[in-house]
Amino acid sequence: MLIKLSGGTVYDPAHRVNGRVLDLYIQDGRIVDPPVSAKVDQEYDLRGKVVMAGAIDMHTHIGGGKVNLARMLLPEDHRSDPVPRIERLHSGCGHAVPSAWVTGYRYAEMGFTAAFEPAVLPINARQAHMEMADIPILDKGGYVMLGSDDFFLRLLQAGAEQKLINDYVAWTLNATQCIGVKVVNPGGISAFKFNQRALDLDEKHEFYGVTPRQVLTTLARAVYELGVPHPLHVHGCNLGVPGNVETTLKTIAAVEGLPIHLTHVQFHSYGAEGDFKFSSGAARLAEVINASHNITVDVGQILFGQTVTASGDSMHQHANARHAHPKKWVCMDIECEAGCGVVPFKYRDKNFVNALQWAIGLEIFLLIDNPWRVYLTTDHPNGAPFTSYPHLIRLLMDKSFRDEQLRRLHPEAQKMTTLASIKREYSLYEIAIMTRAGPAELIGLSDRGHLGAGAVADITVYTPQENKEEMFAKPAYVFKDGKLVVKDGQVVEVTWGTTHTVKPAYDPGIEKQLAEYFDRHLTLKLDNFPIRDEELYEDEKGSVTVHPCWGSHNR
Amino acid sequence: MRLSLHTAPEVPLETDCLCPDQLLGKSAKEIAKLLVFHGNQRAELGEFFHIQEGAQNGTVTVEGDLAKVKQVGAGMSDGKLRIVGNVGAHLGAEMRGGEIVVEGSAGDWVGREMRGGRITILGDAGHLVGSAVRGAAVGMTGGEIFILGSAKNEVGNGMRRGLIAIAGDSGDFTGVNLKAGTVVVLGNLGLRSGAGMVRGTILSTQPAELLPTFCYDTTYRPPIVRTLLLYLRRQGFTIEDVYINGPYRRFSGDAIELNKGEILLYAG
Repeated sequence: MLIKLSGGTVYDPAHRVNGRVLDLYIQDGRIVDPPVSAKVDQEYDLRGKVVMAGAIDMHTHIGGGKVNLARMLLPEDHRSDPVPRIERLHSGCGHAVPSAWVTGYRYAEMGFTAAFEPAVLPINARQAHMEMADIPILDKGGYVMLGSDDFFLRLLQAGAEQKLINDYVAWTLNATQCIGVKVVNPGGISAFKFNQRALDLDEKHEFYGVTPRQVLTTLARAVYELGVPHPLHVHGCNLGVPGNVETTLKTIAAVEGLPIHLTHVQFHSYGAEGDFKFSSGAARLAEVINASHNITVDVGQILFGQTVTASGDSMHQHANARHAHPKKWVCMDIECEAGCGVVPFKYRDKNFVNALQWAIGLEIFLLIDNPWRVYLTTDHPNGAPFTSYPHLIRLLMDKSFRDEQLRRLHPEAQKMTTLASIKREYSLYEIAIMTRAGPAELIGLSDRGHLGAGAVADITVYTPQENKEEMFAKPAYVFKDGKLVVKDGQVVEVTWGTTHTVKPAYDPGIEKQLAEYFDRHLTLKLDNFPIRDEELYEDEKGSVTVHPCWGSHNR
Repeated sequence: MRLSLHTAPEVPLETDCLCPDQLLGKSAKEIAKLLVFHGNQRAELGEFFHIQEGAQNGTVTVEGDLAKVKQVGAGMSDGKLRIVGNVGAHLGAEMRGGEIVVEGSAGDWVGREMRGGRITILGDAGHLVGSAVRGAAVGMTGGEIFILGSAKNEVGNGMRRGLIAIAGDSGDFTGVNLKAGTVVVLGNLGLRSGAGMVRGTILSTQPAELLPTFCYDTTYRPPIVRTLLLYLRRQGFTIEDVYINGPYRRFSGDAIELNKGEILLYAG
């Protein structure tokens, strides 16, 4: 069947198409070149509409242990937002941590067609994938968490060769069906278990004697040498600690030009100046990022209201637990691998720290010149639920709206930010880069995030409006794999996305060493650990898409 | 008004409409059309109940074995609901006022997060009487629950205010995480009573094994015990005079929390 999308104003940064009126053709779920003489079976008149590729959320906590812990911890979150069953849609609930089905519907209703879970623990990977298997419409993928696991730290302690580490990283990526590697508070989650309450970049882990710097550089090199497109996904040291911008800058210097992606940098861009010993480090960070070609970032913007923070960084969640609202939290130790902490949070605009966090996030967005290097995230649900993306887009695109919001903040926080003096407004083209083309290129999805021939027909059509929040909240049409799934902001058909993975090659010799380790220390036999492809498609909904390991674009 | 079950549900039936607030003032026809959930399917109340209009005296009587009927009287604020037979889980959940009397036994979660009113159960009750839902910190915040039989585990989990009285035994973790409020058990307490309690009172007329985080304070005759037990006697509980007059040993705990809770055990 040939579908024609005619007359839309297309924003396709991957092909430098900036608001040109173009016709698009879809056949068998992919975008095709204009056919010479084929009969068009269906035509959508998109005159006056804005056409972009489906949006990609490259960092959002939507599956796995901590998400479920957050759900169990917060019955009030379910009660405040029940979703009734209608026709072909499942019921569900949840504002900050929606149920799996509702997650899929709400993402699709905002024009998103792919989302990536950034904290898949190897031992929980099966559960994370099984849960994401119940998220409809979206394509999914995960970044596997390494760096605080005992096996890796032992290798590092013993001074293992890079080659062996690469094999271990590659084996883990294969076994867990993930598309990237993430490190969370490098070595720090493990250090927390040995009663260390902070671990700076060059501080030694008491037991293994290794430093976060070693963990970081070794993993960044492994990901680079394996040719995994997505560079090491780094949640750095000292999350949320005033003055941590120093650590973040040192982290950038530490990798010596290796490509890395710094995630939720808003939480890592704090100075320690001013009356409250808390200030913005955004300008310093943006300056360094503008000058280095190996660094990409996503922001992890906070927005005001009730949410919940779920992170593998048990060390800093332990420190943050005293700010919990409502007053309860969970801290967990997960075998020899890592830990996690879940702390509900309410960000308030009248609170100095929260208000400044909000401003710092926006400063980072606006001070980084190149939108290919900064991606739109709220670190869902840690900064705000993903449903607030349209609001965030309006803040970026509308200076007067931004100033109006700024004036509501804690007065001292207003004095501490340069936000009012920043005139920049994002264009639709730049929004298309940071939510589509950029993330697709970063993760290595060659046939997503653009509208060229051969691309998967994940397409979002918006009705232009002065109020960008309303525009991005309710697309006119969303196509997933060429099928119309959302019309006027409502799901009209439920489809199932694929799971994106990479499978770098490795020397199977590593398995002998791993088998001994598993027998001795873990609750699972090595044979039961890897997730087979069949497990991802045997429910007849899922599928696996393997992407080639030809290296990252920002090397 | 009188409703009687004519078709027993195969799977649990959720009927938060079975509550005087929603029934009184409506005709039998209107009531028969009220929405219920039979498992995950929508259904009408009339598919399961005969409805008989009667004098508008503010009382609704429901007859039949309602053991599979959940959420009866949930959110009720006024009037009287009389249930002749057993009833299922979540009876009087989040109830704000009025009175429920069950002439039979009730399932789990009786008076979950109740805010006011009174529930009387002539038979036994299940687990988690007057409790918070899982994940929530605060359970019942007002009202009274009287159980003339026994109750199972976690009576008053997270309770903040109000009174729960049980004529028979209670299960393990009675008054767990109690914030305040009073739990009276005239029979035996199960294990680990008052675990994690912050404030509040748990009273039993029988000896009990307590957690090591509870310390003995004193033996005394607090006037409040007499007042309380005489009040319960007037509500239909059978209480011997010795318990009303007798001395009680006071233990304070839970020491892992604020240590301001008390467990009173009869010391006769």
